[in-house]
Amino acid sequence: MTSSLRLVWVYPDLLSTYGDRGNLLVLERRARLRDIGVESVFVNSDQPVPRDGDIYLLGGGEDLPQVLAARRLRADGGLAAAADRGAVVFAVCAGYQLLGHEFGGADGEPTAGLGILDIRSGRGDRRAVGEIVADIDPGLGVPALTGFENHQGVTRRGPDAAPLAQVSVGIGNGDGTEGAYAGRVLGTYSHGPALVRNPGLADLLLGWVVGPMRPLPAERDELALTLRRERLAAVAP
Amino acid sequence: MNKLPLRARLATSVGGAASKVSRLAGRGDGSVIGGIIGLRLEPGLLAMLAQDREVVLVTGTNGKTTTTRLVTAALAPLGEQIASNAFGANMEAGMASALGQAPDATIAVLECDEKYIPSVLKATHARVLVLLNLSRDQMDRAAEIWLLARRWREAIAAAPDCHVVANADDPLIAWAAAEAPDVTWVAAGQRWHDDSWCCPRCGSHLRRAGEDWKCGECSFTRPPVRWALSGDDVIDPAGRVRPLDLALPGRANRSNAVVALAVAEVFGVDVVHALRGLRDVASVAGRYTTVERRGVAIRLLLAKNPAGWLEALDVLRPPPEPVLLAVNAQVPDGRDTSWLWDVDYRRLRGRQVFVGGERRTDLAVRLEADDVTFEVVAGIDEVVDRVGRGSLEVIGNYTAFQQIRTVLGRAA
Repeated sequence: MTSSLRLVWVYPDLLSTYGDRGNLLVLERRARLRDIGVESVFVNSDQPVPRDGDIYLLGGGEDLPQVLAARRLRADGGLAAAADRGAVVFAVCAGYQLLGHEFGGADGEPTAGLGILDIRSGRGDRRAVGEIVADIDPGLGVPALTGFENHQGVTRRGPDAAPLAQVSVGIGNGDGTEGAYAGRVLGTYSHGPALVRNPGLADLLLGWVVGPMRPLPAERDELALTLRRERLAAVAP
Repeated sequence: MNKLPLRARLATSVGGAASKVSRLAGRGDGSVIGGIIGLRLEPGLLAMLAQDREVVLVTGTNGKTTTTRLVTAALAPLGEQIASNAFGANMEAGMASALGQAPDATIAVLECDEKYIPSVLKATHARVLVLLNLSRDQMDRAAEIWLLARRWREAIAAAPDCHVVANADDPLIAWAAAEAPDVTWVAAGQRWHDDSWCCPRCGSHLRRAGEDWKCGECSFTRPPVRWALSGDDVIDPAGRVRPLDLALPGRANRSNAVVALAVAEVFGVDVVHALRGLRDVASVAGRYTTVERRGVAIRLLLAKNPAGWLEALDVLRPPPEPVLLAVNAQVPDGRDTSWLWDVDYRRLRGRQVFVGGERRTDLAVRLEADDVTFEVVAGIDEVVDRVGRGSLEVIGNYTAFQQIRTVLGRAA
């Protein structure tokens, strides 16, 4: 067994609206199947965020909890400190938005985010609801993103963030791109258990921490890959 | 009925005829089509049909159909005719149709979809509004639940004569009903806590101690209750403890029954008489029914969202009884299956589990992550063949459940 991997689920009490637990379970499973020890820590919003985690997960949330989460994470400082020293951060939907400089609050008003990722989000005219498919930046070496989006956010990137993917089905950031990343901080509008249908993305995050990994035995990956194929086929033009 | 304006009478009778045709054509129970046509002819139909009747509205994320049935049973001792949309058609058309089909009913017990509460409360001048619970459900189309609670608050403020019966154990419900002048608080329990970690009033962390909850920052606290569920018993306002002895299984139904008793109290029905009615209810719109199929006794449970699944898994008979889980993602189910990851399936480890429904691959991946072994099947008959004899438990979400009912109905 290699040394233990520390997963930190940030604020499941505020940011867990859409099955976000799935990301944690997928990372745990894929690590364990490779004999990598895993320790998972749940940090509620009334607790300090540990600074020594390897991968931090942030989920989706309604408007009010999102505002509260941003306020508390700013006051706490732990997540920003961890990102600063190179920890992996994976955030979806509301969590993705609050990593940026600002996002739309409960009544759409600009609200301060953490500034960990060079993005700014606001509220769009229409809710984006449905399957999303997007080609991930070839530099990351991961096959197309498949997921479900459900948000009203519009996100613009600054020079220090690259788009995670180019949308082929769905809305994403609103400008034809989807998600953003910089270094090891990565966010996406593909909400909830985004890593379930994207095991390649899960392995990318794990690999950033533990280095090159062997692929999973085919039979252990078969169901997830079948699900990917089914969902991609369901929205194929 | 004769007091209705001509246009409304026409709307009702044309709608009623359409219901009959729909039933004869074998297209459902006809409870919606009549209402749709009627409402098109007369948009104010619901208000007109509700006039001069005592209306009870039942809403919440889970337990609406069952509670509607239980309230109807608890009010039976009044000896009045009661109109009710007993089959779960819970939008305006379904309610109008139920009222139109029972012109002489003086009481109406109506299940109402959460989103329609503001307009329906206004239209019906309901005497009682029942608020059961609020949790995540079909997020791809429903409003977010905090927004929903805020709209209920506004609707309740605009209906000061309405008596509210509300679950004090659900903080979001307590907040929605907090300003109502007349509330019966019921300790109906809350098995699912994941949507109420935060104070609905100020957003701070809620502190819980047993059943009790209070906000750590503002003064928002669980209101004192008048009725309570305690294990298998109900505690009435006088503090007397009585066994519920329901035919329906599960904690969720016991809590629905206590809510029904609280409604009966508003109507002056004695708890002993009301309880008698509740105990006779054995199945609700196909749920909890046991159906025989080629020598296998199949019990059907419906679960539409994480809180519902939690309750359904509680109700399961212990192993080695096999279980079929069936999941679809059609529009009525919600197109998104992310919620599967909010349900803890680990307690199914070590028992025989079959996985079906249109989104069985999503479910299979979910169970794999929880180390639950399973067999993927094409349909209920494949499970029946494999099980061979004895009994089988089935949990399905909305359209998966209806599809299985259709297959089993053909056999009956």
